[in-house]
Amino acid sequence: MANVENTPSKSNEQLNQYVEQFKLYRDKVLALSNDSLEKTIAVALALCLVCAVLVSLATVALRPLQSHNKALDMKKNILDVAGLLNENTDIDSAFKENIESKIVDLKTGDYVDGINVDEYDQRKAAKDPLQNEAIPVDKDIASIRTKAKYTKIYFVKKAGQLQSIILPINGYGLWSTMYGFLALEADAQTVQSINLYDQAETPGLGGEVVNPNWRALWKNKKVYSDKGDVALTLVKGGVDESRADAVYKVDGLAGATLTSRGVSNLIQYWMGPEGFATFLTKIRTQG
Amino acid sequence: MDKETKKVLFEPLVDNNPITLQVLGVCSALAVTSQMSTSLIMALALTSVTACSSAAISAVRQHTPSSIRIIVQMIIIASLVIVVDQLLKAFAFDVSKKLSVFVGLIITNCIVMGRAEAYAMKNPPLQSFIDGIGNGMGYSLILIMVAAVRETLGSGKLLGIEILPLVKDGGWYIPNGLMLLPPSAFFVIGLIIWGFRTWKPKQVEHNEFKILSIAHGEGGHH
Repeated sequence: MANVENTPSKSNEQLNQYVEQFKLYRDKVLALSNDSLEKTIAVALALCLVCAVLVSLATVALRPLQSHNKALDMKKNILDVAGLLNENTDIDSAFKENIESKIVDLKTGDYVDGINVDEYDQRKAAKDPLQNEAIPVDKDIASIRTKAKYTKIYFVKKAGQLQSIILPINGYGLWSTMYGFLALEADAQTVQSINLYDQAETPGLGGEVVNPNWRALWKNKKVYSDKGDVALTLVKGGVDESRADAVYKVDGLAGATLTSRGVSNLIQYWMGPEGFATFLTKIRTQG
Repeated sequence: MDKETKKVLFEPLVDNNPITLQVLGVCSALAVTSQMSTSLIMALALTSVTACSSAAISAVRQHTPSSIRIIVQMIIIASLVIVVDQLLKAFAFDVSKKLSVFVGLIITNCIVMGRAEAYAMKNPPLQSFIDGIGNGMGYSLILIMVAAVRETLGSGKLLGIEILPLVKDGGWYIPNGLMLLPPSAFFVIGLIIWGFRTWKPKQVEHNEFKILSIAHGEGGHH
């Protein structure tokens, strides 16, 4: 190998030699009895190698496409809850034009600088021991065990004017942890829309949380009572519009008591003092 | 197509259907059939995995040590399933979200392993590939039948198109919630098996034992 002036033909020769040697070994192994120890190990090794290469190739080659899909999907969910999603919307440009992302520290209600907003993945952070915090069992109404230390929220602005505040929420339903967004108006009190984009509740029953008709019931409901408590809940059997507190009540889902309870719980948790209450109070008082 | 290939390809549709006759792969048939769209993608994914894995397993069958043959089959199947899952995530993201864990569970689908053991280990790659396609189609056929019943009766729609107008949208049909729950697939598959066996009485299994008729009472101490 010390000879720098290795001519191509010479290295070719060497390569051919290796190939020949490999073929020799291969034939030797293939000629072995199938049940011999050597062949068993050789076959297992070769197979694992081939399969590992195949699987790694597929994941590595497809990863850019997959993460693009994922990011696009998240933007779509946010635009949807903001009411900005039409059939022909170009998601990337609509998101860029209308939506401003911020990172918030829920304890203080202040914005956090020094974190790359575009790259911060809150759902990942909520599972990462370095970036999350455990929720004490007695406070864990939404049954999610951990939450991210910092929360990524979104503002919709039109001509500099705040239109809506979009908050990420999650909580356990019947079968699954539901992930979603809640959009509030600039008063940080009135609901614009809810979008539980990721859930695995029973299709047709709890899965109806994605039904546009049900989601439309949330519009103009209020989150906080006059005392400042979280009053918004789902109720069984339909909302009596004549009652004064109808503005705090949304119809529960028919045949999905546990999913409805899960949705109530996650609203209770995320709008409460453990969730966005401090931050929203700041918005209301300071604008 | 010669006669043998035709037999390998079409026999699993009715005469030797993996779900109704062999009663394999029922687990995923219960899970994904509440909607037609997920059933179709699942059927496609399973057919391609069964065909490719059968071909690959058959290609190495003469050098597979019998002591590790199940592991060899599993590694090949699992690798292919991961590749399919990755492809779905890259090119059919919405569907892959709906199917979530079920694509991964193709690894444990009995049809894939069953065909590997029963057919691919004894036959050449091309035939094994066709056998995989055939059995995948047999599985697909049942999945589509079950999904058609469940989605129509359960949500009044088929592939998102309204078939039976629902009461809540101003129609007349009150959806049957049971059809959306996995157990309903048991009833539907059971009915399909009944139908198949009435049509083809050869599929009826003989009793392994006979129930004795006891004409004079059990004790007989009259």
